[in-house]
This record gives sequence, C-alpha cells and structure tokens, in this order.
Amino acid sequence: MNRYASMFDRLRQVHEVAFIPFVMLGDPDAATGLDILRTLIAAGADALELGLPFSDPIADGPVIQAAGVRALAAGTRSADCWSIIATIRAEHPNLPIGLLVYANLVVHHSAAAFYQAAARAGVDSVLVADLPVEESAPFVAAAAKAGIAPVFIAPPNADDHRLAAIARASQGYTYVVTREGVTGVDERLRGDRSRLVATLHDLGAPPAVLGFGISQPEHVREGIRMGAAGVISGSAIVGRIAEHLGDRPRLLAEIRSFCREMKAATRMPETA
Amino acid sequence: MKLPTRFGTFGGMYVPEILVPALEELEAGFVAAREDPAFVAALRDLLEHYAGRPTPLYRCRNFGADTGCVIWLKREDLLHGGAHKTNQALGQGLLAQRLGKRRLIAETGAGQHGVATAITGAVLGFETRIYMGAKDMERQKPNVFRMQLMGAEVVPVTSGGQTLKDAINEAMRDWSASYETTHYALGTVAGPHPFPLMVREFQRIIGQEARAQFLSRRHVLPDVVVASVGGGSNAIGMFADFLTDPTVALVGVEAAGEGLETGRHGATIQLGRRGILHGADTLVLQDDEGQVSETHSVSAGLDYPAVGPEHAHLAETGRVTYVVCTDHDALAAFADLSRQEGIIPALESAHALAEALRIARRSERATHILVNLSGRGDKDLETASRLLA
Repeated sequence: MNRYASMFDRLRQVHEVAFIPFVMLGDPDAATGLDILRTLIAAGADALELGLPFSDPIADGPVIQAAGVRALAAGTRSADCWSIIATIRAEHPNLPIGLLVYANLVVHHSAAAFYQAAARAGVDSVLVADLPVEESAPFVAAAAKAGIAPVFIAPPNADDHRLAAIARASQGYTYVVTREGVTGVDERLRGDRSRLVATLHDLGAPPAVLGFGISQPEHVREGIRMGAAGVISGSAIVGRIAEHLGDRPRLLAEIRSFCREMKAATRMPETA
Repeated sequence: MKLPTRFGTFGGMYVPEILVPALEELEAGFVAAREDPAFVAALRDLLEHYAGRPTPLYRCRNFGADTGCVIWLKREDLLHGGAHKTNQALGQGLLAQRLGKRRLIAETGAGQHGVATAITGAVLGFETRIYMGAKDMERQKPNVFRMQLMGAEVVPVTSGGQTLKDAINEAMRDWSASYETTHYALGTVAGPHPFPLMVREFQRIIGQEARAQFLSRRHVLPDVVVASVGGGSNAIGMFADFLTDPTVALVGVEAAGEGLETGRHGATIQLGRRGILHGADTLVLQDDEGQVSETHSVSAGLDYPAVGPEHAHLAETGRVTYVVCTDHDALAAFADLSRQEGIIPALESAHALAEALRIARRSERATHILVNLSGRGDKDLETASRLLA
C-alpha cells in the first residue's frame, strides 16, 4: 500500500484527518529549512507538502512568492532540494511527501528525468500548479514510470465533466481548493465545499484534502464538516517563518506551537 | 476547446485548473463574436471612426535612399494611442462587453498596452486596472499619468524584477480570483490559448491593410517584411497575411540589448530554451535550473523573457528569419528616421528600422522593404535624450 493510503487508513482508525503543512524547500536557507521540516514532523504533521522555489509562481500569493525569493536568494538549487527530501525520507520512511512545483521546472531537462529524480529522493506525489488535466498526459505518463502519484486540483468552478477527469487523473489525494484566487491566509473560509468533496468521492477520486486559506484550528474543523480527509496549511506557516527570520529558536517555537494547535483540531467529533 | 490550441508543437494552456473555465468561456465568446456580423461591424466602426484606421503606408523619401533600395513604413504610430496595441485592446474590450464583464485588467511594460487598455476602458465604460512593474512606472511616468487621466487604476508590481514579466504574473493572479466579472486583456500573442490566436486575429488587420496598400501602389508584393519581436504582437499582425506569399521574406527582430555576449538582452528566439511561461509552451530565456531570466532592452516593449508560441513555431519551420539588433543600433535608427523623415519612431520599431537598413545595404538589387512602424517615440524621448546626448 502506498504511503498516502496507509496514512489515510491509520487516521481513519483513530478518527482523525490529516494535517499537512506546506513550506518552501530551502526557505530561508537549506539548513534552517531542514530544521523546520523536522520541527513540523515532531509537532504532529501527518505528511509534508513541499514547494520547489520558482521565479514566476502565478498560483501563489505574496507570502509564498516571498518564500521562493528567499530560497533562491539563499542559493537553493534543485540538487539541494532533492538532498533535503532524501534526508527527511531516510529519517521517516513512512511519511507521505508531496511536491508542489511549476511546469517549467518539470520540463526543463525532461519530465522523465524530473520524476525519476523526485522518486530517487523519496517523493510520493507531485502537484504541478500550472498544469490542468488537458495538458497532463505526458506528465502523468512520466510520473507513472517513476512510481510518482500525480495530484490535481479540483476547483470550485469545475463542471462535472472536468471533475470526472480530475478524479480519474489524481492519485494519492485530490487537492480541493476552498476558493478562487491564489494561496494566502483567510480570516474565514469562503464557501462550503461539502458538495464538491462528495462529488469527488462518488467519482472515485482519491481522498479530498482541502487547501487555500487554511490558517486556524477552526478551519480544520470546518474541513472535517465538509468531509475532507485532510487539510493543507501553507501561507500561515510560511508567514510565521518570514516574521521570525532573524531568530531561529523563536521561529521554530512559533511553527511548533502552530502545528500542534492545528493537529489537535484534526480529531473528528464522536458520532453516534 | 474548439480551436487548435497549438502552433505546431508550441502553445497550449498551462494555467492553474481554476482558470481553465475562464479560458473556455473566452474562446467560445471569441469564436461566436467572429462569426457575428454585428460584432465585426462594431469593431470596424471603432477602428475607423475612433482609432483612425486605415493607417497610411508611407514610402520613405530619404531613409535608406542612399542604398538604392526602398523602405516603406506601415504607420501604426498614427493609430490612436500611438501604437498598434489599440487594434486588439478595442477588440478584446468589445468581446469583454459581449461576455458581460464589467472590469478590465491588463499588464503593461512600457505602458503602451496599458494606455490602449485605458483608452478602451474609458470609451467602452469598464472599470480598468493596469498592473505595471514598479521599475517600469518610474521609467515611464508620462504613460502612467496618461492611463490615470483616462480613469485607469495603475497598480505597481514589486515582485521579481518589477518589470513586464512580473506584471503578467500579477494580472494572472488577479484573474484567477476575479474571472467571473473581469476580462484579462493580455497585451500580446503570448500566454495560454486562446490569447496567442485571438490577439493575432485582432492584429491581422495591420498586414491585411499593408498588403493591399502595397499592391495598389506597386502592383507587386514587397520583397522583405520586417517587424520587431518582444512578445510578438506587432510582428504577427504584420506577418499573418504574408505567410502564404512564398516570394516575401519575413524577418523578426529581437532585442540584443547591450550585446548577446553580455547576458543583458531579450533575444529569446536566439538564445532561449524550450520551457513553459505564462501559460505557454514556448522558448524562454532561463538559467540552467529552469529559473526565468531577467532581460534587458533599451525598449521596454522588447524586454520580455519569452515569446509568443507562434513565433517559436515560425522560427522552427524557418518561414520567418529571426535576427537581433542592439540598443546602440536601434538608437541610431531612431535618430536617423527622426532626422531624415520627420518621424520619431518607438524604440521597439527602431529595431526593425535598423534591420531594414542593414538589409538594404547588403542588397545587390533594388529591394523593396516593408517595415511595421508599430508605434511612435514620444514615450521614449526621455530615454533617447539621455542616451543620445
């Protein structure tokens, strides 16, 4: 069984959903970035979603953009990213690890080479932010060859035909976005995605994980009410990194307590 | 999608899933509008009675005369707004009205497309927002004021290199949250399908007119047609109707900036690698890790690290020859045309003029060269006065 399926199984048995933090690899630098990942895992992260820094991240809001800029300015190269992932993989053989990338980084050498490198490092899934299902065939083929699960985004504006294609193409999990727009922190979650989650379930899609705007324990509980199997929180964590750049102990303490708080909210209410 | 999304193997639509329905709606609207005589008539009416089409075809009296060749200028500089951009901004504006949008957003580099979109917003009654790199706003203050005068909000973009590429990123981010009420009027033949095809069709009128005007004056076709290439809209507009004329050589001119060897240029077709930027599979200037490069050109309109996918295709098939021109040579042509013809060209167009002169000097027979004078140089006066001093 793959790592995502095992994780969702394990969580179902203990009546929890997955808390999946997102951070940018190499932000603010490779060494601190690695400490951040270890801290998140120790604080209860069920899986990791990791960004490869890219110069032109059109699906990201200012917080994640800034993280990419910091990582690139610190000299983070793709080899550094693979080595960070390989380190975490060696320490946590069962932890699901997802990558979030932009298409240019995948095709730069060749999609085949990219997915092979990801597999060697220990990556389970790859979501390409600017790749709709229409253009996905060569990417999915290269991912399959390397044993990587391709993940697709199910947006609130997709019609049933599109959702069916997304449900068919996605493996590991399905990334359900809470709203239109780009990544960022929301005060309140906009829109109830219960129907979208239910439709995806009926279409046989892999478990729905909710993302975009998730920044408070209450959002996790709302995600549970919508039927999501997990939530991803990125900007809320990356924003805390940006806020405490000069103070590493404080930075790690802040994301530790945030991650614990969010994970504590993943317990499903008792049902009769 | 009903229309082909690629040019050869280039193009496509590499956008976040959330934008696909918006692109589908846009394509469907464009297909329907093109076949609707009322839309076609409304656009023609605006282009003629508001924007000043047809633009003249001018046979140079002095510029290049010493070479024994003849240089002809398609005077898009005389179009309302001062550049070819107005052709397609009006087209997209009418289309946005048809789609029931009440808001227009656009990116701009030098400000020409921003001005054309502000014009469109004013005359057709849209709320208009223009994204512009903070550095470009500083360099192009008069255009910022023009846009504001016409009621557009100009938003400074402070991410990345703070130029055109970053302004496009920001406009796409806006659109992914606002597509229900908003049309994104992308300014060139780059970006995801249907933009490269749609913008070409709205710019095609340049070559259509020029070809007919040339035939009525000379009774033969020009030998060579030259245009500058940044994203590539003025060149595609000029070339489209000549593509099937086998005797007509087509030449696109990219910015060599301070020289290809300096790394400070915008020569995407010469030195770019295949990649995916702003929604299209095309040639991209990037480093060995796939990070997109910062570019340089004296002309902000050519300062772009990718190129329209149709140009990548035309380069691959060899139908169009792509060459480069340095800042230095473009400035010399800028000065020459001003002095010899009383026409101050945009620095973008000056790249094409410099290449036309080079072709004329090399020619062994009396060659007739048609240049797309895509814009006027008023916006470049400050830059030119500094560099020509």
